[in-house]
Amino acid sequence: MAHLPLDMPAEVWERLQEHFPGALSPAEPPERGEGEDYPQATPHRMIRAVSRSLLMSRPRYEGVLVHSRHLLPVLKFLRDELGYVYLSNLTAVDYPEPLEQFPPHIDVVYHLFRLEGGGYVALHVHTTRDGAILPSITPEFPAANLQEREVWDMFGVRFEGHPDLRRLLMWEGFDGFPMRKDWREAYYEEEHKPFRSRFPDGGDPLYAEERTPSHANIRQSRQGLLDSSPPMDDEFSEADRLLYERMLSADQDPDKPLKTEEMILNMGPHHPSTHGVFRMAVRLDGETVRHLEPVFGYLHRNHEKIGERNTWLQNIPYTDRLDYLNGMTNSLAYCLAMEKLLGWKIPERAEYIRIIMSELSRVVNHMLAAGFFSNELGLYFTGSLYALEERELILDLFEAVSGGRMMFNYMRPGGVAADLPDGWLGQAKQLVHERLPRKVKEMQSFLLDNEILQARSMGVGALSKADAIACGVSGPVLRACGVPYDVRRAEPYGIYERFEFDVVTRQAGDVFARVALRFDEIWQSLKILRQALDQVPEGDIQSHRLSPRMRIPPGETYGRIEAPKGELGFYLVSDGGANPYRYHIRATSLLNLTPLSQLTRGGKIADIVAVLGSIDLTMGEVDR
Amino acid sequence: MYGWGIIKTLWMTLYHFAMTYVEDVRSWLSRGEEGTGEGGSIPGVARGERTHGVFTVRYPSERRELPERYRNFPFFVIDAETEQLRCTACGICAQICPVQCIWIQRAKEPETGRPRRYPVSYYLDTSQCMTCGFCAEFCPFDAIKMDKDFELASYSRPGFVSAKDLAKPEAYHAGIHPTAYAEEAAKRK
Repeated sequence: MAHLPLDMPAEVWERLQEHFPGALSPAEPPERGEGEDYPQATPHRMIRAVSRSLLMSRPRYEGVLVHSRHLLPVLKFLRDELGYVYLSNLTAVDYPEPLEQFPPHIDVVYHLFRLEGGGYVALHVHTTRDGAILPSITPEFPAANLQEREVWDMFGVRFEGHPDLRRLLMWEGFDGFPMRKDWREAYYEEEHKPFRSRFPDGGDPLYAEERTPSHANIRQSRQGLLDSSPPMDDEFSEADRLLYERMLSADQDPDKPLKTEEMILNMGPHHPSTHGVFRMAVRLDGETVRHLEPVFGYLHRNHEKIGERNTWLQNIPYTDRLDYLNGMTNSLAYCLAMEKLLGWKIPERAEYIRIIMSELSRVVNHMLAAGFFSNELGLYFTGSLYALEERELILDLFEAVSGGRMMFNYMRPGGVAADLPDGWLGQAKQLVHERLPRKVKEMQSFLLDNEILQARSMGVGALSKADAIACGVSGPVLRACGVPYDVRRAEPYGIYERFEFDVVTRQAGDVFARVALRFDEIWQSLKILRQALDQVPEGDIQSHRLSPRMRIPPGETYGRIEAPKGELGFYLVSDGGANPYRYHIRATSLLNLTPLSQLTRGGKIADIVAVLGSIDLTMGEVDR
Repeated sequence: MYGWGIIKTLWMTLYHFAMTYVEDVRSWLSRGEEGTGEGGSIPGVARGERTHGVFTVRYPSERRELPERYRNFPFFVIDAETEQLRCTACGICAQICPVQCIWIQRAKEPETGRPRRYPVSYYLDTSQCMTCGFCAEFCPFDAIKMDKDFELASYSRPGFVSAKDLAKPEAYHAGIHPTAYAEEAAKRK
């Protein structure tokens, strides 16, 4: 068992080997003919000579390395035969230098899960850095849609066969691929923090960034465009032209009895119901939505690049800014992933504190989601304010313990930053036992029993069970479709297995089910909170003394939690240094947007807002 | 009955509106009593677990009492005994700072060039600071602490980088962080 890829059941490995003897073992003789479909991918010697033994020679390299030619068959086999139906994460890692026996390459990683629970299977596919190209899996796995676009955008890996390979976060015509290691951003100063200019010789920080040599390092060229793109015309920008072409070509109905003029309407980027700067280009036939394309990236700050410049610890406050309503769970996910690499155990008291914080965070998030949903239906701010009231009281608790109301910076690898102050538990108990049940009940009845809300949301934006799984949505959106999948139960982290709670589901999969499910989950969170608050033991809150430039042993991992909005994962690769080599976030809000077009199609334009509100997204997390 | 949900919602709004004033009167009647101001303990604002009405704080005429751990931007502590900065120019804060907004110049002996244990200059760009509190958490000498002053608007960017406001006496630190200060003092003994 020692040479088995980490985190993979033996049975999966055996079945894979049995079915794909060539793809996974070194015995496969080189084949020229097949590679012609992907001409630029063939120069690799290594992708032919993939093997388990090669994989194992890189310390703690998880998963199976697959030839790009076998990628789709292997994925389909995993999905259809072995039950790995949930494609959770897809990302890439750039290796500009030769690594062990591998020449410079881009490593594309796929993480798949079973709905019955358990760990993941990781697949690695290598491609060259020049002319990187891989087969797209989007036609088979819709969950890969946005993630493949992101990998194209950030790494320049072209996915052959992707229906809509446009840039996701950067704009068309942007020069370069930002997540490649040799790409440098504007105001680039040094490869890694801490910067040498700060200490010991110091200086004047005023306008210091303007004095860095690369402060104007931003260019626009055609390098980022697809080769097939025709030259720009004057009427639209390149991005808009590609977008509108895509929209007009998609799902045209040739047999429409009455020929009507369709139009494209842009909702946003500045629209009060989009929870941030989010644009939806909608193709309308009268008031009926024919097609919708989400456009985002307006808030993009390349969080992942910043994360790779930072040291391990410096990333913790940055994670608070992803989904800014749930800073506690964001940093918890990151710290859990780090602890997986470090192999640390955390003290009992810290485990309980973490659970209390994440469940309180879930209550805040779900109440706010329901509140803002009522805002979206035209209740204006009344509903939201009832939710905000409870949020204030919970934020008081967060502030007392961490010092921040939204930007907590509270979780640490090995525990939490500070112990609970005196009287905190009493205050929290009073809130959880007395006030919250009363208020949640009140809000639930005034929202869900309201006939207008029911009329607007029942049967609107329904998603089937199979589509939800295929699209890789998670959290309440998935559970509202009748899939009882919750990371807290499927792959328990922390001490969740000690608590009694239910994974609640609703069957309808429509907007109403998603909103109502959030209330069901609040009740479960309160149940966990009541148990946890009574059981908090005395003791330490931190198992290790943290050093500012802590190092993490080489390896890679994908750590995930059930964040209030869904599955939040961190894919971390460490090369043994003080900085993450790769720091990728499986952003819940982004992945929950995958079926947006499907959910709104055929509905009225007013329903778009309701659907968007029921998905519950935060642009800070979508754009990163 | 159709329409019942709407009536219920309207009733709820009315109830909250009325309770706000009822509780105002209640808290006015019980003014001066200990332990009545839950949560924020602001006179006139019943904010807490048992409140039924609205508890908006009318800032700036009313102010919430900030919890002890509330943090805004950092400041450097001037030691009460030596009346010098406690900072030993070790540079840990400048290294851990996620946005790299702390700039410290370490003193050197003019002849030998050997580093001395105090800073020549120190700057902190509060327009970049993300108020994470890492500097205060990792400082081994209790020389940098998080401030509670949050009304710091400025008309120009140089207004956010002023070294003279950065140093504050130890007594100020003791005043805003009584529990933490007592713990630190106990640890030093």
